[in-house]
Amino acid sequence: MRVPLRPLARILQARTEGQHPDRIEKENLRLRNEALHDKARGRAQFRLLVLCVTFVAAFGTIGLRMGLLAATEPAEPRSSAAGAEIAATRADINDRNGRILATNMTTYSLYAQPKVMVDPKGTAEKLAAIFPELDAKALERRFTDGRSFIWVRKVLSPEQMQLVYEIGDPGLLFGPREMRLYPNGTLAAHVLGGTTFGAEGVQSAEVIGVAGIEKALDARLRDPAEASTPLTLSLDLSLQATVEEVLGAGMTMLNAKGAAAILMDARTGEILAMASLPSFDPNDRPAPLTDKNAEPGDSPLFNRAVQGVYELGSTFKIFAAAQAIELGLVTPDSMVDTNSPMVWGKFKIKEFDDHNYGPQLSVSDVITLSSNVGIARVALMIGPLRQQAFLKSLGFFEPTAVELIEAPGARPLVPKKWPELTTITTSYGHGIAASPMHLAVAYAAIANGGVMITPTLLKREGATTGVRVMSETTSTEAIKMLRRVVVEGTATLGDVPGYEVAGKTGTADKPKASGGYYDDKVVNTFAAMFPASSPQYVLVVTLDEPLDTTMSEDRRTAGWTAVPVAAEIIRRVAPLMGLRPKLEPPATDAITAASN
Amino acid sequence: MRPVIYILSFLALIALGFWAYRENYATQSTLKVVEGLQSDIASLREALAVQRAEWAYLNRPDRLRQLVDANFDRLGLMPMEPGQFGTAAAVAYPRVSLPKIAFTTTVQGTIIGEEGQ
Repeated sequence: MRVPLRPLARILQARTEGQHPDRIEKENLRLRNEALHDKARGRAQFRLLVLCVTFVAAFGTIGLRMGLLAATEPAEPRSSAAGAEIAATRADINDRNGRILATNMTTYSLYAQPKVMVDPKGTAEKLAAIFPELDAKALERRFTDGRSFIWVRKVLSPEQMQLVYEIGDPGLLFGPREMRLYPNGTLAAHVLGGTTFGAEGVQSAEVIGVAGIEKALDARLRDPAEASTPLTLSLDLSLQATVEEVLGAGMTMLNAKGAAAILMDARTGEILAMASLPSFDPNDRPAPLTDKNAEPGDSPLFNRAVQGVYELGSTFKIFAAAQAIELGLVTPDSMVDTNSPMVWGKFKIKEFDDHNYGPQLSVSDVITLSSNVGIARVALMIGPLRQQAFLKSLGFFEPTAVELIEAPGARPLVPKKWPELTTITTSYGHGIAASPMHLAVAYAAIANGGVMITPTLLKREGATTGVRVMSETTSTEAIKMLRRVVVEGTATLGDVPGYEVAGKTGTADKPKASGGYYDDKVVNTFAAMFPASSPQYVLVVTLDEPLDTTMSEDRRTAGWTAVPVAAEIIRRVAPLMGLRPKLEPPATDAITAASN
Repeated sequence: MRPVIYILSFLALIALGFWAYRENYATQSTLKVVEGLQSDIASLREALAVQRAEWAYLNRPDRLRQLVDANFDRLGLMPMEPGQFGTAAAVAYPRVSLPKIAFTTTVQGTIIGEEGQ
């Protein structure tokens, strides 16, 4: 109720008392203002209180929730649907057609709690009877020395698990384990590498890659977000199996110590098959060599295709020839001096087996007959700097980028100084050492029309765009020369009817650890591409210390060893890739007769 | 009027409480079913992985090669070779077997020429 500022009664009374009536009005105004003031203050205080309570409640809720989350046991969400990502801890590895190369299997590990064991001695004996590698005495000692926890075995087969069950001791317990399984055994072993257990707990253990792609792409394979999508490799299981089979047979027939082969798509850089022999079983990886005198190549774990850094011999000649054509210094028909021996300072450059190819040969013939002197002359025209730059652009100075943990360690050996003598030796592949993978990449660049590709073990869609290292014309000329090598040169055994194989042989003496070269130990290489009219695939075959004893004299040149093996690989592999041979049409009546 | 509203809202409150109670128990039981299903899915997934591994193991190229060699006289399988490519034109058309024509009517006249025209 609004109080009047000048209540008549009080005014009249004030007047009679001779007081100023305005004072009453002032007094009332003051009271009214005070009341308003109090009201406003009260409201403001109330608002502050509400705000405070809200803040306290909000932060209190958050705090309580945090405390609750920290204090309670984690539980899986019950209502949301569990995806496959929970089921698999490490992604599978598939080949390009989805066939499994590596997968996981659930198995069990065996551990013991000796404190609750009823009969440690008897249990130890029974366990030793099941697992031959365990020693009953040692096991008993470990069971009785007061420990409370012992790992007995990392993985068990179901049969072994049943046998352990039958011992019936309460101190023997099983922990679930995800085990990596390579169903194809030794197939593509060097690509896959292998795994081991990392941190181990009773309920689970970490599976970590130890070599190959398992280690190189460990983070991707272990990523829980991608665990349900298998890693698709560029390898093709059928091609891989065929390459390994033929290469293995060739290695045995030619008494070689080791062998490697790489089959690559020249346009995309996808590696369709990569083999290194001798091989191993990634399910049961052998221990690395401990003998200090042993060469790394003696271990089956050594991946010759990627880690085998050797001088690759005459396979390098085509690079000098191609570069000279690219620079316009020569044409395939230009004649070069091939008088042998060529004297350079105090060195003599000779042909293989002290041949002499006459005073002059065309560049194309130099490649076909594999003349060291001829290519040395071509290389001298190019000069050290340009040669170095070209080889660098072909990737011979850096490790390959292939997705294997071993790849970055396989750095090519290149001469530190590059005088003209180095130019000469490098032109025929001596003094520079690279892996078969490097060679495959460089040959792919020639094969695909002059574009560098990045080799990959992962499936790729479409061709990659790389740096152009030579013109298409040069590439065509180089391929023509390489085709001549197979048709009439040093690799005639490499001709596969219908597939127009083009390639270059290389025979390099193995260097001794003490310096110098062995007389009777060679590394033979055949780098090929097919079909020559439009090369799609590159194949590099390397044999370590091969010896062809099928003839009266022992033969160690690539033309007799690596080339026939490569030819057989192409003959077997090309139909599998759906590559139709270019054959003369067979007589029609023969087919009619057959189909009738 | 006011008491009626009070009574109605009280009844509504009881009804809602009853509904929430039932829903809660229904959810709990569904969650239990889901849990059971999820463990079923997990074990099936595991079995599937084992079977896929087993399939890959049984179909490993080594084993297939051995089986092909062991059964060569029955199957006669050989590796694929370039010579096995043919052209569609080289495939013979299946021979058309025409039904025999049985003459039931007598034809009068003479047939000119044995070979026909």
